[in-house]
Amino acid sequence: MTCDDFFSFLYPYLDGELDAPHSAEFERHLEGCAPCSHALEAQESLRSSIHGAQLREPLPTGFERKIRRQLDEASRPASLRRFAAWRLLAAAALVLLVIGGSWKFAQKQKAHDNGDVSVTAADSAAAELVDAHIRALQPGHLTDVTSTDQHTVKPWFNGRVAFAPPVRDFAAQDFPLVGGRLDVFQGRTVAALVYGRRKHFVSVFIWPDPALDAEQYAGAMNGYQWISWKQSGLRFCAVADTSRDDLAALKDLIVR
Amino acid sequence: MQDREQFDQLVLPHLRAAFNLARWLLRSREDAEDVTQEALLRAFRFFSGFHGSDARAWLLQIVRNTCYTWMEKNRPMQSAVEFDELLHLSPLPGPEAQALAGGERERLTKALEQLSPRSREVIVLRELEGCSYKEIASITAMPIGTVMSTLARARERLQQVLSRPGIKEANHDV
Repeated sequence: MTCDDFFSFLYPYLDGELDAPHSAEFERHLEGCAPCSHALEAQESLRSSIHGAQLREPLPTGFERKIRRQLDEASRPASLRRFAAWRLLAAAALVLLVIGGSWKFAQKQKAHDNGDVSVTAADSAAAELVDAHIRALQPGHLTDVTSTDQHTVKPWFNGRVAFAPPVRDFAAQDFPLVGGRLDVFQGRTVAALVYGRRKHFVSVFIWPDPALDAEQYAGAMNGYQWISWKQSGLRFCAVADTSRDDLAALKDLIVR
Repeated sequence: MQDREQFDQLVLPHLRAAFNLARWLLRSREDAEDVTQEALLRAFRFFSGFHGSDARAWLLQIVRNTCYTWMEKNRPMQSAVEFDELLHLSPLPGPEAQALAGGERERLTKALEQLSPRSREVIVLRELEGCSYKEIASITAMPIGTVMSTLARARERLQQVLSRPGIKEANHDV
């Protein structure tokens, strides 16, 4: 083994992540190797100054109390009433569940708890995307890359997401491509394409979905329609305040 | 509500870790307060989807995502393409300034803040939160190998930044 090889042991050794045999080997090497033992000393001294400086930020006064208050508010059942369509949603989510409802949340949840929780969970997946779409409609948030040219939008996603979303312009079919953006769904980055439809915008969220479930789902909430389908390993979810038929038409164009 | 009790027991103990990560990612206590609040509410909302054993890693993952989303929206020029290169670094306080400014702590804070968010977060998770490589991998959604190389590079950068001559030399340019 060369010194370079041993050098790759340095940080795992420092972090206590090197197994015993390798640690012993590395320690033997250290005895005879000045550069490696200097490097280790330097890193140990850096670590001790970081620890000595107490850089871990203390909580602001009253912060935890404030958070607890907000959680109290959020967990009050009355807050559910803010969503006028709540009952409708619960019903829609139940239908989802009955037709074999996968969608990450529903699946995870079923094994864990009773059906009631699943309803809220399946529903929050779609709700999260509807929320993301509504947020995006605020001025300046709709697109990160604005272009009607699919050859501008598609490469923009390179390196920003770990998959290649299919980007095509459907201006001829009255769904002009407006641009693309990144969004966060269930804690990970997803691609969102934005299409125009008369005076409305459609967000098409796209992410890799290894689940076997290839069902199509659709629903409505707060005046927004959504439709979700699977295609070549990717799950799509289109959201807009247009008609269900419009969304289905766009889906057909994308799938084609 | 049963969910709420569980959330208080499992997640809230990690509030300081959450705030600490946000403060270092955003480099601002004020912004960190807002973003931590938002992240906690998000976490609570999706708590029914949490079945793992590591509530801290789960919460920190949400905090991290909320921070990056916030930076994309609020500091679009900065977040994605922040440089680690020495050329772009501003001078650290020299020895005299150090004594005035509270010494080593100030110096390290400045140095850490000059790293890119991706470098900074692995140092904060490893050194301030004591996370294992595996935990860092799950928080940042990176493979362990990438965690190791990012951490190694971040430490080297940090050392480079700290060993640069301080304010004195920079003053010559002014």
